[in-house]
Amino acid sequence: MSKPARAVGIEIAGVNLSYGSTHVLKNVELSVRPGEFFAFLGPSGCGKTTLLRLIAGFAQAQTGQVLLDGQDVAPLPPWKRDVGMVFQSYALWPHMTVAKNVAFGLEERRLPRTEIDRRVAEALDLVGLSDYAGRRPAQLSGGQQQRVAVARTIAIEPKVLLLDEPLSNLDAKMRVSVRRELRALQQRLGLTTIFVTHDQEEANTICDRIAVMDAGTIRQVGTPMELYENPANLFVASFLGSANILGDGDGISVPAGKRLVFRPQHATLSSVDGVPLRGPVTHREFLGATVRYGVRVGGSEILIETPFQSGAELRTVGDMVGVALPPERMLYLPA
Amino acid sequence: MALAGTRSGGQAVLALTIALFLGVFLVVPVATVVYVAFTEKGGGGLTLVNFLDFARTDLFVRSFWNSVYVSAMTVVWASALALPLAYLTTRFEFRGAMLVQTLGFLPLVMPPFVGAVAMQLLFGRNGSVNLLLDEWFDFKIGFMEGLNGVIFLQAIHYFPFILVNLSAALRNIDRSMEEAAQNLGSHGLRLFRRIALPLALPGFIAGASLVFVKVFDDVATPLLLNVKEMLAPQAYLRITSIGIDDPMGYVISVVLIGVAVATMWASAQVLKGKDYATTQRGGGGLARRKLKPRESALAYAVVILILALVLAPHVGLLLLSFATVWSFSPLPDGYTLAHYARVLGDSSVYIKNTLLYSSLAAGIDVVIGGAIAYLVLRTKLPGRQWLDWAASTALAVPGIVLGIGYLRAFYGVKMPDGTPLAALWIVIVLAIAIRRLPYALRAAYAALQQISVSLEEAAENLGATKARTVRRIVIPLMTGGLLAGFVTSFATAAVELSAVLILVQSNSDAPLAYGLYVLMQTPAGRGAGAALGVIAVVIVAICMGLAQLAADRSQRARGLDI
Repeated sequence: MSKPARAVGIEIAGVNLSYGSTHVLKNVELSVRPGEFFAFLGPSGCGKTTLLRLIAGFAQAQTGQVLLDGQDVAPLPPWKRDVGMVFQSYALWPHMTVAKNVAFGLEERRLPRTEIDRRVAEALDLVGLSDYAGRRPAQLSGGQQQRVAVARTIAIEPKVLLLDEPLSNLDAKMRVSVRRELRALQQRLGLTTIFVTHDQEEANTICDRIAVMDAGTIRQVGTPMELYENPANLFVASFLGSANILGDGDGISVPAGKRLVFRPQHATLSSVDGVPLRGPVTHREFLGATVRYGVRVGGSEILIETPFQSGAELRTVGDMVGVALPPERMLYLPA
Repeated sequence: MALAGTRSGGQAVLALTIALFLGVFLVVPVATVVYVAFTEKGGGGLTLVNFLDFARTDLFVRSFWNSVYVSAMTVVWASALALPLAYLTTRFEFRGAMLVQTLGFLPLVMPPFVGAVAMQLLFGRNGSVNLLLDEWFDFKIGFMEGLNGVIFLQAIHYFPFILVNLSAALRNIDRSMEEAAQNLGSHGLRLFRRIALPLALPGFIAGASLVFVKVFDDVATPLLLNVKEMLAPQAYLRITSIGIDDPMGYVISVVLIGVAVATMWASAQVLKGKDYATTQRGGGGLARRKLKPRESALAYAVVILILALVLAPHVGLLLLSFATVWSFSPLPDGYTLAHYARVLGDSSVYIKNTLLYSSLAAGIDVVIGGAIAYLVLRTKLPGRQWLDWAASTALAVPGIVLGIGYLRAFYGVKMPDGTPLAALWIVIVLAIAIRRLPYALRAAYAALQQISVSLEEAAENLGATKARTVRRIVIPLMTGGLLAGFVTSFATAAVELSAVLILVQSNSDAPLAYGLYVLMQTPAGRGAGAALGVIAVVIVAICMGLAQLAADRSQRARGLDI
């Protein structure tokens, strides 16, 4: 465990999964590289947790393949996959001590007692909970419980690590520190890791690459910056950060089937003359470093964020303004 | 201020009335039993000599250990029946699950003593099963020999208590608990043993302790199987054969109470700090797996075997009620309706009495239970919690002990015409009412807890007084729940025997359960006894159906079903 394990890649090809008449995963294709910290990002109900459970063996696809290290895992039941999963609820067994929880997977593998003891100690040391081995889960804080869940999973030296919304049961302050710990641990172990979340900030800050999911499909895969700078569609553009979206009805012309998309901070307010995008200011919010204006353009309302400089003159509600936009910041995206 | 004064004044009067009732009909009789057990015969001072006598009498010591053995073995066998069923119904997609769940109501429909004689005819030394075994395979099994018979009968009757509690506990385990174990390499029975079962332990203990106490306190079942050397039967025999002045019956009663309290205390100790409420937001119960064809066949075989055992007393009772002669043969020699004619003719007084006693007792329970629930949940009356505790202690008082207490406490109280109070039939009704009160109380709590306080506050805000709010808002909304409580109390009161056994003074005052017990004693009376049993089962089954209906209805009426 202390030595980085040989990292393993994950290939998902042509996966379709339905529960009754609900089509939960639609033709999913995905490739996770060995050693990568990968995120499934999307709103609730988009199928991200189902995809994770499919890899762990808790869901069965109607079509398609899941390959771990090049091998199809379909015939393997969950207990033979060596895929470590940390559950959203942590799923720590309340009738066992912390050490017993961590030892469980090793006992199931019928390892010798001395080996089990050594690896339990190592795993608890790795998450900084050596002093808590004899406690019951109920006696630990949320953050500590989460670390026990991680220790329990990495103790079996899994091929890949799956994290199902691991931060959602923690308070806001804890989340920031725990996500850094998770990242550091993953780097140290060199373990291929998939992280499921609906929070774009979590995904952006710790993951190498992200698959953005919506309604059972993967809408785009890329690094956080790629997704932000070059979103492939309106969904990705608006899910990662805020985006203004304008179409034909708003007094501009766009290519057929596409819309004009730009970020609020990329536009500036100008005089009305000679600018195609213009309209009245509908509201103004002071945010500290920036000032956010709402402007009605055609039938839509857009947001413009300008840096705040003391002494600079601000627009007031009702002023007619133009919206200036550098051409390289204009994206024409399909739905 | 004046208004508040009269308001809590009315509540205080209500609370005092209930306290008086519980005091006279529960606390005084039980205290009398305890007091007599600790006083010298003939009214001397306090002493432990009676308990020494108890410990020095071989018969009592033997009876005590027999009772412990029978109760413990019943728990073991009941668990052996309940465990596979609980595993099947919670872990697998299994069509038989509904069937298994309905088994949970059977012990309420028919207490074990009712089917005792019928079971003797089916499983006894010369019963149907052994005759067939002897003919085909040349051996017999001593299902019903001595203590084994009691264990066999009690296990069949009481395993659903364990099944229901255990299955509920298993279903409440969050599925991630089990998935995490699978993820770490565990599966199948091993997974069940290491994760699911320990997490369901609280449910199991709750069911097991209930079974232990019920079996320990049962008088009629051992007696009908001709087993006298058990503790509860000894208490009954001692009082009826030697008289109400003999201290031994009281000492045994105190031991019975002690065992009941100790069992409940021990189960509470074991469960301390084991509140494994694991169901999480968005979680479901254990994941269910489809059975493979071979497993499915095995599962059905197990369920059908257990079901056959559970239904055996009912089937035997039905056969017996129609049998002309049934002895030394697998099935009766011939069939007749004569037993029903006899029961509906001469013995119809039993049925009439049962209907009268049960409705009175259930009525008392619902009124007192509803009032206590209201006082505890909706008022700030000091000491209101005591009413709840007092009413609930009835759970720890065995029926035979309550009966003995009534006899002792009320025999000296004479009516104007000189008959002792304890000889009046109304005393039987009161004893039954006290026995069933804890159940009616739970039903009333459940009904009241579903009503939002704001509904009452709205009525008060619009000018209704407390009393009028209760009448116009609380009672109408509680009706469904109270009705369900009434019918359940009624049904279980109809087959109550252990308290009644000792209080019945003449046949004309006897309820159905008593008549059945007396008739079953003689071979000539068995047929009629069985017919009474069938009638009791039908009455109870109809009531259970009605209770379910009432509960469903009131849920729907308030739009609570989803």
